[in-house]
Amino acid sequence: MFRFMLAEAWHAMGANRLRTGLTMLGMVIGVGAVVIMMAIGQGAQYAVKQSIASMGSNLFIVLSGSFTTGGVRSGAAGAPTLNVADAAAIAELDGVINVAPVHQGTRQLVYGPNNWNSQVVGTTPSYLDARAWTVVSGAPFGDSDVRSATRVALVGATAAKNLFGDEDPVGKTLRIQQSPFVVVGVLGSKGQSLDGRDQDDTVIIPLTTAQRKVFGTPFQGSVRMITVQAASDEAMPVVEKGIEALLRQRHRLREGMENDFYMRNLSATAESQAETTRTMSLLLGAIASVSLLVGGIGIMNIMLVSVTERTREIGIRMAIGARERDILSQFLLEAIIISITGCFIGLVLGVGMALLVHAVSGMVVVISGGAVLVAFAVAAGVGVFFGFYPARKAARLDPIEALRYQ
Amino acid sequence: MGNEEVVIRVANLVKSYETAAGAFPALKGVDLAVRAGEYVAIMGPSGSGKSTFMNLLGCLDTPTSGDYFLAGRNVASLDRDELAVLRNRTIGFVFQGFNLLPRMSLEDNVALPLVYRGVDREPRRARARQLLERVGLGQYAASLPSRISGGQQQRVAIARALVNEPQLILADEPTGNLDSHTSEEIMALFGEFNREGITVVLVTHEPDIANHARRQVRFLDGRIVSDRATGGEAA
Repeated sequence: MFRFMLAEAWHAMGANRLRTGLTMLGMVIGVGAVVIMMAIGQGAQYAVKQSIASMGSNLFIVLSGSFTTGGVRSGAAGAPTLNVADAAAIAELDGVINVAPVHQGTRQLVYGPNNWNSQVVGTTPSYLDARAWTVVSGAPFGDSDVRSATRVALVGATAAKNLFGDEDPVGKTLRIQQSPFVVVGVLGSKGQSLDGRDQDDTVIIPLTTAQRKVFGTPFQGSVRMITVQAASDEAMPVVEKGIEALLRQRHRLREGMENDFYMRNLSATAESQAETTRTMSLLLGAIASVSLLVGGIGIMNIMLVSVTERTREIGIRMAIGARERDILSQFLLEAIIISITGCFIGLVLGVGMALLVHAVSGMVVVISGGAVLVAFAVAAGVGVFFGFYPARKAARLDPIEALRYQ
Repeated sequence: MGNEEVVIRVANLVKSYETAAGAFPALKGVDLAVRAGEYVAIMGPSGSGKSTFMNLLGCLDTPTSGDYFLAGRNVASLDRDELAVLRNRTIGFVFQGFNLLPRMSLEDNVALPLVYRGVDREPRRARARQLLERVGLGQYAASLPSRISGGQQQRVAIARALVNEPQLILADEPTGNLDSHTSEEIMALFGEFNREGITVVLVTHEPDIANHARRQVRFLDGRIVSDRATGGEAA
């Protein structure tokens, strides 16, 4: 019975190929749009998630305050208000698991005939822990290197590639500001940060070495930035208040005086960016869904025309014993076949387009099985929903009226 | 003959149509009983109500008032699906315009009532083939209706009407679109099936055709004006 109905539906659709094809095109475009939009939206979400994960979780940065000379304000981290002792004090707070004072800037790296401008980060070993950064070859430097200001460096993947090419950087000596540094390790790749900066284009050296040999600082022990990692998401508000109170006390700021430091909650920034991306992909999905809806209405339109055209045929079928459900299922089946075939073609085209977008623009696209299933279910649903009214109209026809229809 | 089962019994059957000029009575109270195995021709000029009557007999249309018992069942008490089952199994229709489905092979056309009855594919095909052979068109089983002549199409329609072994065949002007020679062939088929015990009721306005029946019922202005036995199988 079902096989017969399938064959019949096939014949009916084949009788007007152009029309069937155009009806299907509505579904193809709708599903294709949904698939592409979802692939791009989910890709963006994935990229943001990756950046957040690569940044490290539950992070604050504390920046030293600004200063003003003759009306010119330096901006954050301009004044040397933070020092290593502040960092050590923060480390004692409850809920804080990693604290790393940081002094960073862009400097030229030289190895043999190659040179490369890169971010030089002077910090302590805690920095790698806070950022969840691994060393893929060689070994990280330790606290003793910081104490004795040794000239060792960890190079990021991008910096390593540009300076050393195919050579293994471990054990080689590079120069920063004329000072030689021995590369002790190569960092694992982290990819882009949320603002699109290449996190692998970096060199990490001991904080003390950085201050003495690379950046130079008028005040020993002062740092521009302290990276703080809280134990958990829940601990962050407490830690934030704790740091503020601690630093105000240490800097002897009285009631009513402004903070001489800035705090930024990186995780919150990341969360809001993730939220933005989610909203964007929802919006894209919603827009694409509209085209699916339009495709569905196209199916309904054509099925209504088809029912009218085939009124006489319906009458004949009723005269020889077709029940309401026979006619209903016949037309419903046609609508479902059109929408599912359209969906399948749309799926293939959508995936193809998404891959093309990826190949051409390098944009991250994610095609999940779940999205594909949802698209299929929605298409079948659209077929049933928009096919039902015309099919019911056909099934409810009066046999004698239908037979008389010319 | 008198003891045989009554297939059709109508009493005071009225059908009126709503028109812009008010209700138009097409049937004004018809009484008729047809027993199993009868061969009845319904005659009358156009507008006499014979086609309306035929549509009511075929459960395609519902009467305004009056009773209709088909094979002992009160048709008025049946719902749409029950009527469909009745049209499927108890009645076989033959129309003036053949009414084959143009996109289906002859075999599929003949088998369609079996599809609605829920018969499986293999027995369905065997039965359809058998009926096509019976009307002499077995070799065209896979052809489309447009590839054969009108007379042949009507034979296929008769095969379709008989495929579910109905008690009753209703034919509305079955030879209206055919030449006289072909008409005779079609009437021979009806005679043959009637002799096998199937009740045949046909509408015609041609006396030649009506003479094949053993009983002639004449309609005029929505009433039966004569009802008489004839020799039957005249030609």
